Formats: sequence, C-alpha cells, structure tokens
Amino acid sequence: MSGVSNWLATRWLALPGFAHSTVFILALTLVLIVCVAYLTLWERKLIGWMQLRRGPNRVRLFGIPHTEYIGQPFADVVKLLIKEIVTPARSNKVLFRLAPAITLIPAFAAWAVIPIAPRFAIANVDAGLLYILSLTSMGVYGVILAGWASNSKYAFLGAMRSGAQIVAYEIAMGFALVGVLMASGSLNLGTIVDHQRGAPFHWNLVWLFPLFMVYFIAGVAETNRAPFDVAEGESEIVAGFHVEYSGMGFALFFLAEYANMILISALTSIFFLGGWLSPLDGYLPAGSAIRHVPLLGLVLGDGTHWLAAKIFFLLCVFLWLRATFPRYRYDQIMRLGWKVLIPITIVWIAVEGILIWFRVGPWRV
Amino acid sequence: MAEIRNLTMNFGPQHPAAHGVLRLVLEMDGEVIQKADPHIGLLHRGTEKLAESKPFNQSIGYMDRLDYMSMMCNEHAYVLAIENLLGIKPPLRAQYIRVMFDEITRILNHLLWLGSHGLDIGAMTVFLFAFREREDLMDCYEAVSGTRMHATYYRPGGVHRDLPDAMPRYQASRWRSEADVARLNEARSGTLLDFIEDFTRRFPGCVDEYETLLTDNRIWKQRTVNIGVVTPERAIQLGFTGPMLRGSGVEWDLRKKQPYEAYREVDFDIPVGRNGDCYDRYLVRIEEMRQANRIIAQCVTWLRANPGTVMIDDRKVRAPRREEMKGDMESLIHHFKFMTEGYCVPEGESYAAVEAPKGEFGVYLVSDGANKPYRLKCRPPGFVHLSALSEMVTGHMLADVVAVIGTQDIVFGEIDR
Repeated sequence: MSGVSNWLATRWLALPGFAHSTVFILALTLVLIVCVAYLTLWERKLIGWMQLRRGPNRVRLFGIPHTEYIGQPFADVVKLLIKEIVTPARSNKVLFRLAPAITLIPAFAAWAVIPIAPRFAIANVDAGLLYILSLTSMGVYGVILAGWASNSKYAFLGAMRSGAQIVAYEIAMGFALVGVLMASGSLNLGTIVDHQRGAPFHWNLVWLFPLFMVYFIAGVAETNRAPFDVAEGESEIVAGFHVEYSGMGFALFFLAEYANMILISALTSIFFLGGWLSPLDGYLPAGSAIRHVPLLGLVLGDGTHWLAAKIFFLLCVFLWLRATFPRYRYDQIMRLGWKVLIPITIVWIAVEGILIWFRVGPWRV
Repeated sequence: MAEIRNLTMNFGPQHPAAHGVLRLVLEMDGEVIQKADPHIGLLHRGTEKLAESKPFNQSIGYMDRLDYMSMMCNEHAYVLAIENLLGIKPPLRAQYIRVMFDEITRILNHLLWLGSHGLDIGAMTVFLFAFREREDLMDCYEAVSGTRMHATYYRPGGVHRDLPDAMPRYQASRWRSEADVARLNEARSGTLLDFIEDFTRRFPGCVDEYETLLTDNRIWKQRTVNIGVVTPERAIQLGFTGPMLRGSGVEWDLRKKQPYEAYREVDFDIPVGRNGDCYDRYLVRIEEMRQANRIIAQCVTWLRANPGTVMIDDRKVRAPRREEMKGDMESLIHHFKFMTEGYCVPEGESYAAVEAPKGEFGVYLVSDGANKPYRLKCRPPGFVHLSALSEMVTGHMLADVVAVIGTQDIVFGEIDR
C-alpha cells in the first residue's frame, strides 16, 4: 500500500508546476460549481422554511429513493441547457454572448489567491488583495455590457443602475480593505489570516467591526443581492440586465451571482473572521492532549472546514437578508453608499491609525 | 449634438408589478417619471352589457368576477340595488351573515393587497404569511358556497343558504402526514361559526406578525413614507374612496355614514391616516383588518345566539325548496319559471353602494319593469384611483410607480369590467 502511494507521490512531485496548478484549478472549479448548484437549492429550501413552505421536494437524485430534492440542481441544469438561446433583434450579438462569460470568469478566477487551507493557495502571490479588488470590479462589466447589448430599455436601466451602484460600493469596499491592510500589514491573503491568529478576540471582526459591516453590506450590494438587487429589480424592471437572456446565457449570470456570493463570503471570512483559523485557537494550548485525539483534534484545529463553516454561515445571512428585507430604491442605495458607508470607513481608518500609533489592540505592525 | 429626449417606456401589460393587465406608458427623464399614461381595457369583458341580457339573479356570479379580490362585496352592491327596487329587506340573520362575509372579504382583499404590495417593494416573505390566513378564509367561502372565490352566495332577499354545520377538512396524502392533518383539522372539527371564531382569536397575532416584518422596517419606511402623497382636498376632488381617502385623513366610510345591513348594530372604528402617503395607507389597511376582525367576532356571537331564516319568505324572489318540488307540481313549475325567467323588478332606478375593501363599490341599476336590467352601471373604486396615478407618480422614480400601483390596490377585473 505504501509502495503505491510513494510511487504516486514521486510521480506527482515530478510533474511540472503548471500541471500541479491545472489539477488544483480543475479540482477547485469543480467543487465550486457543485457548491453553486447546491447553494441554489439551499437558498430555495432555507427561504422556503422561512416562508412557511417546503421549497423543492420532488426531484430525486437519479431516481434513488429517499433523495427527494437532492437532484433538483441537476434537473435545473438540464432544463437550462436544452432551452433555446434567444438573441434579441438589433442587439449587439458579440457583446450579448460575451457578457455572461465576463461576469462569470472573475467570480471563479478570484479563487486563485484565496488561502483555502493553512498555508495553501493556488497562487500564493503577495499582491493577492489587489488582485481580488481588481477582479471583483470586473464582474460589473458583464452586467453593463449585457444591459447595453440587449437593446432593451429594461436591461439598459438595470445596467445603468448597476454601474452607478458599483462605483459607490467599490469605494466603500476598498476603504474597508485598507483597514484590513493596516491591521495586518500585508497584501497577501494568507498572511492576513495568519495575523489574526491567537484567539477569536484577535480576529479583525472585533477591532474592525464597522469595517466588517461595511464590507459585508457592500458585498451584498456588489453581488446584486436583496435588498440591493436594483439591477435586477424584479418588480420594477422585470429582470434588469438579464431580462433578454434565456437558457445557458441566463444560467451563466445565475451561476455568477451565486459564485460571487460564495466568493464574498469567503473573502469576508478571510479578512474578518480569521479564515481557516479555528475559533478555539488560543484556548487549546498547542501541546494539549485533546489535539492528539484522532478525529476530534483535526476538527478542533485549524483547517479548511472552519473556512467552509464560516462561508456557510455568511451565505445563510445572505439568504436571510433576502427573505426579510424589502428592496431599496436606486437613489437610496446611492445615498447609503456615499453618505453612510464611505464616511464610516474613513472615520474608522482614522481611529484605527490612532489605535495602531498608540499600540492599543492586538496589532502586529 | 443629438437632441435630448425623454425615455418612453412601456410598463406592462405583461409585467410582474402590473397587477393584471395594466399598461402604463411612462415618460421618464432618467429614472424620474415625467408622465404616466395608464392604458386600460385589456380585461374588458362587457359585464355591464352582459347583465342586460340575463335575468337579475343570473348576473350575481358576474359580480364576483369584477373585483375578483373582494368577491362578496361586489355581489352585495348588486343585490342591494335589486332589493331597493323591489322594496324588500332580508331577515336580520341574513344581514348579519352578509356583514360577516363582507368583513371576511375585506380581510381576504387586504391580505392579498398586503402580500402583493410587499412583493412589489421586494419583501417576499409577507406574501406567503398573508396567504396562510387567506387559505382559512377561503375555506369559509368554500364551506358556505362550495367555491373558494366566486361564491355567488348573496341573493336578493337574503343569502343562498344558512351557515353549514361542518367545515371542509384536510385529508392525509403523500405530502401531508396524519399528524399534520390532525393539527390542521383541529379548528375545522366544529361548525363554520366555531372555525371563524377560532380564526378571529388567532388573527390579531397574525397581523402582528406581518407588522413585525414591515411596519418599523427602515427600508419599508424609506420606500413608502412621502411616496404618492395626496392631500385631503385633492383626494376628495379626485373622487377617492375607501382606504385611499382615509389614508389622506378624511374620515369617510359608508359603513358609518350611511349604514346598510347590520352595520348599525356592530361596533368598530374607522382608522384614518395623516399624511396621505403610501405608508399611511398601509397603516390604515392594517388597522382595517383588525377592525374587520372585531366585526366578525361580534357577528359570530350574534349569529350563535339568533338562529332563524336567512331568506325572505317571498315566493317572487325565492325559489321553492327542493323537498317541496319533489311532491308538488306547482312548486316544480315555479322553480322552472324562477330559474329560467326570473322575476320582474318594478320600473325605476336605484344606486346602491357598499364600502368594498378598495373603496365605494356602487351599482346603478335601471329597470324598465322587465325580468332583466335595462341598464347596469358599476362604479368601481379602482377606476377612479387609477385615473389619479399620473398625478401621484409624477416626479417620483420608477421604483415608486410600483409602490403607488401597489398602494392603490388596483384590480383590473373591476376597472375594465
């Protein structure tokens, strides 16, 4: 047995670097797509429970008994795949086809620098934060192009709203991240997580709480989720920027929205909730006996599962918001972005600077 | 340099917030509405003309389909108009039953309004909460008339039949376990009155639940306060009625101002707003639901204590009983004549109006002495409110149009007729 694994390990190490990356990228993308698929199902179930209904409860997984509703995402995918893709008359055909891809690609590409496990990211680059910032702003181009290329007034209004909204919230998001940057002194996401080590008390959440709120709210706005879903504005502009899309074109937007939700949740966990750090970190001394209990030790220690749990929690908050809040009006969103969120971040950055100067708090700088 | 023009946008008739088939042609400067031009008539079914070709009783069912969210109230106005012309009055028990079902209808309508208004503004959950209670009230409709919406329950001279002693029950199925069914049927094990009484007891708690979702919600307030403001003077000039008028602060309610049926006997309050905006109208309607619940509870008590006939004993307007027909030739002939020819109504004209959930629903009836109306004209509240839409939305944003349509509680069945 060990002979086989040794052989595998040597073969694996002998592969060139790009082959390693390709395998990791494929594996991660596959996992992400499955997560996105099941997030759509989870959203429908969770909101269903909040709304006194059952949600999907019919489609079984390949006909296996007692798997009701587990097969729903696959049924949805098949349905969307076999639908006709209608291109509106006098639309810009090239941009119309291109827009869904432009929206989807950044949502997946951003995962390259995310520290999924302790000391592991597909691309462990030092400017990870800048990379994230630039990629998350890319997504809006897809939305704007889709709205413009559709040759529809509803889509056009959606695109305009989205464009204006993203400018305001990108700034708030950027400022919030400046606070994170000041706290950890690094643009590398892995280092940012490492700097929150110690105890949950050391997480950025505690000392940067206003920035955490701003970042998460701006994240909700950036993913066009309720209550900031004016770009879709179901009851006003029907489906907003993707009103003219059908079949896979629509599915790609849909995928992108959910992939972005997962991404924002992951980023929030990394920046503010200590990423893959265990919340028991600091309470369990390194040498304590419980660390050596076979399974429990792994569960209680740092690891991907803590990141996943934090992401899941934040995703549930996303869904909870959607079930609870009415939709903001477009100008109210702008007001919230410019007059509330951005001032809060600026004030807190100043406060944080003072705290760092006088060495109040767990700063590592 | 290109000429700058306003954006003209077609809103509806197929639009999630068009409440049926409203077509609005919006002239917009960016997102700000310059002018809204409602186009109606897409749901025109010629109800008024149809009524001219049918004996009086056969048009009752058409009235349900006017404002298909407040079915029995429409019937009520029509039936009242016929009764005025005939010079008859239903027995007191029938009057109480009508009051009770008018109020049930009010709650039914306001629940749907609440849900769809919430949905228009983006609050999804309240819609499904409201439908939970609607389900129970529709069961009341079903128990009393056999249908869940288009009841055709009121008749000139009373109501079709007395309140039943049993409620429809749920049955166990693949999706509903025995335990679920037992829980659901608990309130349904007694008579209809027991069921309604149980409902009146839990309904205030349900209204509280809706209110926790909306009333103090910041976003809800931002979306409704100071949107679509109508001053009291302007509301009267425009001919507003119902919650639209009361939301502006005018205390006008036909149930108090010209009490019909048993409204004189029951105790209730009329809520009025102060600012005349969407939020005040929301509060008014919420309070109206609570008041309607109060009225229903009083009716239940009265109906329990006072059994009796629910139909006037006048063979001109009432069909013979089934058992009489079985053995009596004259009754059989009478029944046939009554059902096919109907009855003649003395020459004259009459306007009868009820306080429908949306406002004053009136029926103007002209009879030339035949068994069919010479002319029937409905006065739907929604039509009047819709004609003020442009005034209410000008200067607001696109998203507010949706809020104003929601607050007007428009149903196209009654507007297009």
